[in-house]
Order: sequence, then C-alpha cells, then structure tokens
Amino acid sequence: MIEFIVISFIKIAAVIGVMLTIVAYTVMLERWVCAWMQDRIGPNRVGPFGFLQPLADGVKLILKEDVLPHHVHKVLYTIGPTLVLMPALINIGVIPWGSNLPVFGRYIKGVIADLDIGILFIFAFAALSVYGIVLAGWASNSKYPFLGGIRSSAQMISYEVCLGLSVVPVFMQVGALNLSKVVEYQAAHSWLVLCQPVSFFIFLVSAFAETNRTPFDLPEAEQELVGGYNTEYSSMKFGMFFMGEYAAMFVMSALMVTLFFGGWSLPFAPFNAPATSLPVGLAHIGIFLAKVVALLFFYVWVRWTIPRFRYDQLMALGWKVFIPLTIVNIVFVGAVLALVVK
Amino acid sequence: MSSYDILFWFFSLAMLLSGVLVIASRNPVTSAICLVALFVFMAGLFVLLEAFFLAAIQILVYAGAVMVLFLFVIMLLDLKASQRRRFGWLAAVGGLVVAGALVWELGIILQTPVTVAVSGQTEVGGGLEAVVKPLFANYMLPFQVTALLLLVAMIGVVLLSKKDLQ
Amino acid sequence: MIVQRPKLTWWERTYLPQILAGLWLTLKHIPRRKFTRQYPEEKPLLYGDYRGAPVLVKDADGRVKCVSCQLCEFVCPPKAIRITPGFRPENRFDANVEKEPKDFVIDMLRCIYCGMCEEVCPEEAIFLKNDFAITGYKREELQFHKEKLLELGGVHDDKIWKWKNK
Repeated sequence: MIEFIVISFIKIAAVIGVMLTIVAYTVMLERWVCAWMQDRIGPNRVGPFGFLQPLADGVKLILKEDVLPHHVHKVLYTIGPTLVLMPALINIGVIPWGSNLPVFGRYIKGVIADLDIGILFIFAFAALSVYGIVLAGWASNSKYPFLGGIRSSAQMISYEVCLGLSVVPVFMQVGALNLSKVVEYQAAHSWLVLCQPVSFFIFLVSAFAETNRTPFDLPEAEQELVGGYNTEYSSMKFGMFFMGEYAAMFVMSALMVTLFFGGWSLPFAPFNAPATSLPVGLAHIGIFLAKVVALLFFYVWVRWTIPRFRYDQLMALGWKVFIPLTIVNIVFVGAVLALVVK
Repeated sequence: MSSYDILFWFFSLAMLLSGVLVIASRNPVTSAICLVALFVFMAGLFVLLEAFFLAAIQILVYAGAVMVLFLFVIMLLDLKASQRRRFGWLAAVGGLVVAGALVWELGIILQTPVTVAVSGQTEVGGGLEAVVKPLFANYMLPFQVTALLLLVAMIGVVLLSKKDLQ
Repeated sequence: MIVQRPKLTWWERTYLPQILAGLWLTLKHIPRRKFTRQYPEEKPLLYGDYRGAPVLVKDADGRVKCVSCQLCEFVCPPKAIRITPGFRPENRFDANVEKEPKDFVIDMLRCIYCGMCEEVCPEEAIFLKNDFAITGYKREELQFHKEKLLELGGVHDDKIWKWKNK
C-alpha cells in the first residue's frame, strides 16, 4: 500500500512536471512556428535561441498586478481559471505514457491510473472544462466575456457529442474501454488510424473545436470579442487560462496518439510489445512524447494557416455533417465487424 | 476509521453542503454551479461503491451536458426576478409536508434489515458490463421504446416552439 | 458588374483541397529566408529624406548657420523650439553675420518630426537627420540645447556659400 502510494506520487510529479514543461514550450513553439511561417525569426533573445523565454513569460505573469474588477462575481471569477486547467491535469492521469518500467525487479506501469473506463473518464472531465470558460464569461459581468462564454457552452456541447460518437468504432474494434488495452491492441495489430480514418478525421476536427483552437476559436475570437472569456483577467489568472488551453491541447494530442497512433508503440520490435527492460521502457515514453509533440506541431500549423469559421458554419458542420457521419460510421463498422470479421 | 470511511464522509458531507447551497443561494447561476458540485460528489460516492461506469456517466451526462444547458438557459434568460422572491406560507407548508414524508420514508427504509451487499458484485469492467449487458440483452425492447419516446418528445418540442413560423 | 459564382464540385465543397493547399503553403514558408532585422545590432536602412531628430549645422568655415530669425520657433506646430537670440562679438571671424542664437532649445518630448522647421529656415541651418532612437532618464536630458544640436548636426556641405564674401 505504502509502496503504491509512493510510486503513484512519483509518477504524478513526473507526469505533471513533464507535461507543464511541454505546455510551456508549446507556447514557445506556437510563437516560433508562427514567425517562421511569416518569414520572421521569432523570439530569440532570452537565453540561447530564446530557449528561456517561457521562464521569462512565467515570471512576468506571476509578478503582474492581479486586478479584481469591482463588477465581477468574486468567487466564480476566481475559480474560473482553475476550472479550465484542472480537467486537463486530471485527464492526463489515465493516458498511458509508456508500457512499463522494469525497475528493481518490479514492473511499474506507464500510466498513473489504469482505469477500465479510461475513455469515459476522460470525456467526463473534459466535459467539466467548459464550466471554467462559461463561468469566467458570466462572472466577469461584461459583454465580451459573456458572449465568449455563451458561444463556448454551445460549441463545446455540440462537439462533445461528435467527439464521443467518433471514437465508438475504435472501441468496437478493440473491445475494451481501457486505454492501455487500446495501445496494446495497436502494438499487436496495426495503428487504428489506418483502420478507422473516418473516426480519426472527425475526432481531429472535433478536438480542435473542443480545445477552442483556430479555426474554431470563436469563444476567444480576438477580432470580435477582444479576448472573449478572458478579457477581464490579468496576471496569473490569465496565465492559467493560457496554460489550460495548451494543457487541453496536450491531453487531446495524447489521446489521439493513444487512440489512433499506437501510443508508445512503433510497428517493429522491440517497440511493438510491452517493455521488459528499462531502456526500452524509457524509449516507449520517448516515442509517446515525440508523437504528442508532432501532433502539437500540427495544432500550431493549422492555427497559423486556416482562418476562423463563422458561427453558423461551425454549428452546421457539427450537427449536420459530423454527427450523421459518425452514426453512419458506427453502423458501417458494426456491420463489417459482425459480417466480415466474425 | 478507515480511508474508505473518511472518503465516504467527505463526499456525503460535501454533497449535503452543496445541496443546501443549491437551495439557499439567491443567484441562479450559483445554484446551478452548486448542483454541478453535488453531481461530482455523488459520482465520488459511486466510485466508492465501485460503480465506475455510473460515476463516469454521472459526470459526463449530468454535470457535463445537462447542467451546461441549464447554465446556458439561465444565462440567456438573465433571471433577476428570483433574487427578490417573497416568503410564501403555502410553499413553506408544502415543503414541510414533503420533507416530513421523505423523513418518514427514510425511517421505514432504515428499519428494514439490509440483505443485499451493494459492492463487490460489479467487478468486471468497472460495472460497465453489469449495466450494459441487461440493457442490450434482456431489456432491449423497453430500451428502444424509451429511446423512441424521447425522440417523440423532442419532435414535439420542436413542433411547439416553431408553431408561429407556420 | 455581376460576378458569376463558380459552381463548386463536391470535393471542393468539403473545403479540404483549399485547406490542404493552405497547409502546404505555410509549410513551405518555414525554411525560407527570414526578413527580420535584428534591431539593436542591425540598424535599419535609412534613406536621405528620412525625418529624424532636428539638428543645427555649421557651414564649411565653421560658422553657425542659424541667424536666430525665429521662423522655426513660430512655425513649430507643437511649440518645441525656444530660441534666445543674441549678437556675435565684433571681431570674430564670423562677425560679418551679426546674429546667432545665444541658446537654441528643442524639446524632444514635444517634437513631432514634421520637418516644418527645416522647410521654413531661410538659412538652411536646421535639418532633420537620421537619429530616431532618442531616449533619456530625465526630462532635462531630452531638452536639446545649442551645443548638443550643433554636435549632432556637424558641418553641412553647402552648394552655395551665401556669407563667404559678404
């Protein structure tokens, strides 16, 4: 029992530490890639090649004055930013980072909580992340944040449905909701992005909408809503919104890697089976993180390429295109599994 | 007191507290948020009963979807009137009667000896199969009929709310 | 004029071809040559008619060209220029022009770099040169006096030597 608790705490510390570092450097990546695509150099002043920029940004955000406007609902205004960041930090706990780490004759699992309802757990807490934005929008008691909050609640509910329905075929094929089992299935067979391209595509687009990223960043749409739900925020509260957005991106990327790109596995030995030695175990974690970073790059790439959708286009895409498509996909995959595979 | 008991009391008391706050707070948005907290703590109780599937669905459906829609509507309607609601004798008496009935019922339930252990039966898949198997095997027809009923209700709502367009 | 909307094919209406083309375009730009000029190290390229800070100049003989006529002081829209007129000593080499300013102050906090002083000057004594990064820790540091302005201006390479033989 004590051993379990100690190992879990070490894992939590390591996972959150690595995750928040990657989140900080995703912001960096965002600025760099944006600059490169516009034929600029990007931040390069703080430290060698600007590598210490996230540190400077963090210090700046913490040291700034934390303004509490007099017209806000104080309690909800304060808990709003934490509610945005928290679900992402909770969700990363059920995503397998690696197969296992053989240390001192023990096999330590590469996941903090190996839940059998893995994906449902993730969707449950991802569903809670909308409260942060909606509450921030409402509690700010000002028109632009309010509009952002309203947009966000409608958008996130719609795309949660797409997100949930789009992964159903994946679990029909694998036969388990446990994310570790999904990865092991892919390690043994093939990456599910090859078997379920429709699922993957819908999941990808819905993930953009769910994390409020361009082309679906209507809740914060700078040009129309100033900053949307985070207009009235300053200092570290604003920083938490920022971190929350990028942490949600990290979780969504990690989830896509787990569901569609084989998680920690590569399609050749010794990376296509759970690790039996420490170096392979560590390599699995490295492979997982490399895939996640590649997807994060894709997020950034899309952001600086595609302009924002109109709100009615967004809703039409979700309800009139994706939901029927997912249902057709579920029926189709079910029929194939029932008729061909069995 | 084991860690199980500590968690049980934590979730129960937190649930009761947020339940009281739902009724007591004068701002409809605060009420809704307390209701969300209540659902989350209730999910915690489900986890203690090892009904993981129910816990996840509780958060996903009630806290994550239904209450967001509630909030959406509350925010759009901007219910300021309810903040100045008067104390009504009829409502007070009615509330007392209902509360008394509930306590009476609870007393009866607590007096009957417990014969069925709740936990321990649903080990497989965090209760997933225990919930889903009967639903799709034994009770397939009622399940589908319920779904149809919901669909009819939904079409009815659309029809009624769009009446003036015709 | 009526612009005919092009009839889109099914494939085009999914947005995908344009999205993919856009992604390819932005990707191509990543390894391209960058146009950023690294400012404090690399100075910007300024052209001859750049309007930076106004300065006073001397002619080839070392004579202060300004005769303190105060036209620039009158024309200056933000009233940044203050001139204290004065006479030259009788027997100096430049005494053939009787007046020069005792002090000539330009308040760089007020100057708007409009160039009207340069335009109006009958003696071509004041020019807007290339200095653009004008900073200081105190307000006094940004009151540019005669010495400072002459130092910044240096000698002007005149085509016509107006006062040479008068």
